Amino acid sequence: MGQIILNQVRKSFGDVEVIPPLDLTINDGEFCVFVGPSGCGKSTLLRLIAGLEDVTSGDISIDGQSATELPPAKRGLAMVFQSYALYPHMSVRKNIAFPLRMAGLPKDEIEKRVTNAASVLNLTDYLDRRPGQLSGGQRQRVAIGRAIVREPSAFLFDEPLSNLDAALRVGMRLEISELHKRLSTTMIYVTHDQVEAMTMADKIVVLRAGNIEQVGSPLELYKEPRNTFVAGFIGSPKMNLIRGGAAAEFGADTIGIRPEHIDVSDTQGQWSGRVGVSEHLGSDTFIHVHDTGLADIITVRAAGEVDFKHGDTIHLTPRADQIHKFDAQGLRI
Amino acid sequence: MARAVSSRRKSINTALAWGIGLIIFFPILWTILTSFKTEGQAIADPPIFLFFDWTLENYSIVQERSDYMRFLWNSVIIAGGSTLLGIIIAVPAAWSMAFVPSKRTKDILMWMLSTKMLPAVGVLYPIYLLFIKLGLLDSLFGLVIVLMLINLPIIIWMLYTYFKEIPGEILEAARMDGASLKSEILYVLTPMAIPGIASTILLNVILAWNEAFWTLNLTAANAGPLTAFIASYSSPEGLFYAKLSAASTMAIAPILILGWFSQKQLVRGLTFGAVK
Repeated sequence: MGQIILNQVRKSFGDVEVIPPLDLTINDGEFCVFVGPSGCGKSTLLRLIAGLEDVTSGDISIDGQSATELPPAKRGLAMVFQSYALYPHMSVRKNIAFPLRMAGLPKDEIEKRVTNAASVLNLTDYLDRRPGQLSGGQRQRVAIGRAIVREPSAFLFDEPLSNLDAALRVGMRLEISELHKRLSTTMIYVTHDQVEAMTMADKIVVLRAGNIEQVGSPLELYKEPRNTFVAGFIGSPKMNLIRGGAAAEFGADTIGIRPEHIDVSDTQGQWSGRVGVSEHLGSDTFIHVHDTGLADIITVRAAGEVDFKHGDTIHLTPRADQIHKFDAQGLRI
Repeated sequence: MARAVSSRRKSINTALAWGIGLIIFFPILWTILTSFKTEGQAIADPPIFLFFDWTLENYSIVQERSDYMRFLWNSVIIAGGSTLLGIIIAVPAAWSMAFVPSKRTKDILMWMLSTKMLPAVGVLYPIYLLFIKLGLLDSLFGLVIVLMLINLPIIIWMLYTYFKEIPGEILEAARMDGASLKSEILYVLTPMAIPGIASTILLNVILAWNEAFWTLNLTAANAGPLTAFIASYSSPEGLFYAKLSAASTMAIAPILILGWFSQKQLVRGLTFGAVK
């Protein structure tokens, strides 16, 4: 049980409207990711759902019941914060037990659930330590442990991985995804990292300036971005957006073509330019191409290792069936 | 890179620091020494520093003439009671100002501080009259209330700055975890602010212990604390330096000892948050 419905939810701080009226449905058991550049209102939206901020108008319902007026504790949600927000003066055991203690559960029940959560999260050996004695990844797991013991109807994650180093982040990403598979509880996850969004989400909500730009599955957003903003935001490296004559040829104001959908050749092609920086990843090579007359830089992906040197002339051919067309308003045609 | 300090410079600095420390401590040391002299030696010219006939006579005379324990007890009640009451009121006040500030929070803080700028004697008359009306003159209860009110701005200010250092997300986490406001303050905020609260308590006990204006003006025989005890030795019988010093030493000893043992806590609290 954990369907969350936002109905015309609006939030303003003083005169500044951070979130214009917005509708959104998050289904039970769904892994929903809010993604967008910093300041787009994704964290605010999460805090509205959590009850840490009051909505200016509109209605939030959780499990079919209006939760707009409910305090955070009564919404049956658990939250994992960016800074982990562990209680530094309590041991790991007490941290995880805190929500259960607040709920007034009997001691042996608390003990049972804490032990269980600790074994699920590999924290059994650390139960008597303080958060200050743990590594970043372990702290993160304690924060998650504190959330799961409550058996909430939904989990809220506010950029939980941004304080971790790259390697740990990939590991925790998998752990959270696995946790979701195992618990099949609704999860709402806020991030500015579109890779996290793509790899974890069932449903991605792309936000800009408080507005929902598009809602869809990762592949929907990748294949059919609704506008140039989503097109540029989803996918790594970014989609090449080309305006002017080359776009007009396709009957559009702007065309978008992903780096992986351009074929490269040293002899012939539709477009040509000069090789700038090449990023060699082993499996792929990303080549930044200058002086194409299309855009400042066109990024292309070549599979494996290719032997272009800085300054070489390179020929590019976009795959016609992979070209995205947008009108003057930036909307998909 | 650590700044290079030559060992010579270091020893000069150390000597200088000790020198300044001794100058600051000297009046207290002199008072303590004088308390062990006879009255004649106490006013000897040139002053005798260490080579006098050490005697405990002053202490026994002081103890005989006035009931030191009663004054001490009054001081404990007044300093402890006013601080405790102040903390109970100030914790929620500082909580609200630190974590749910309004547009006027800064103004309220300044306004509270401004009450400390008024000379105390300016409100002596109205408060004295109030005390007569309420029958609070020379009562411990009255003094606890007055000293609590006088120190409340400082308590709130100090707690406010400590609370500001505590990340709001942790309190939000507590809220998400189902903590009521009371539990949030009791189980999460207060334990995290212990160093700050401890130094606030300590500083206010010291302030209240040494407070002389109100304690002298609003008490007589019953509720007089140690400040009244010292004062009773300064005026009526002329100046008996040795006895006055003995009385002073007895009055400051408890707070001096308390301060000595808690200096680590005090320094830690006063610099709390300054260095992460």
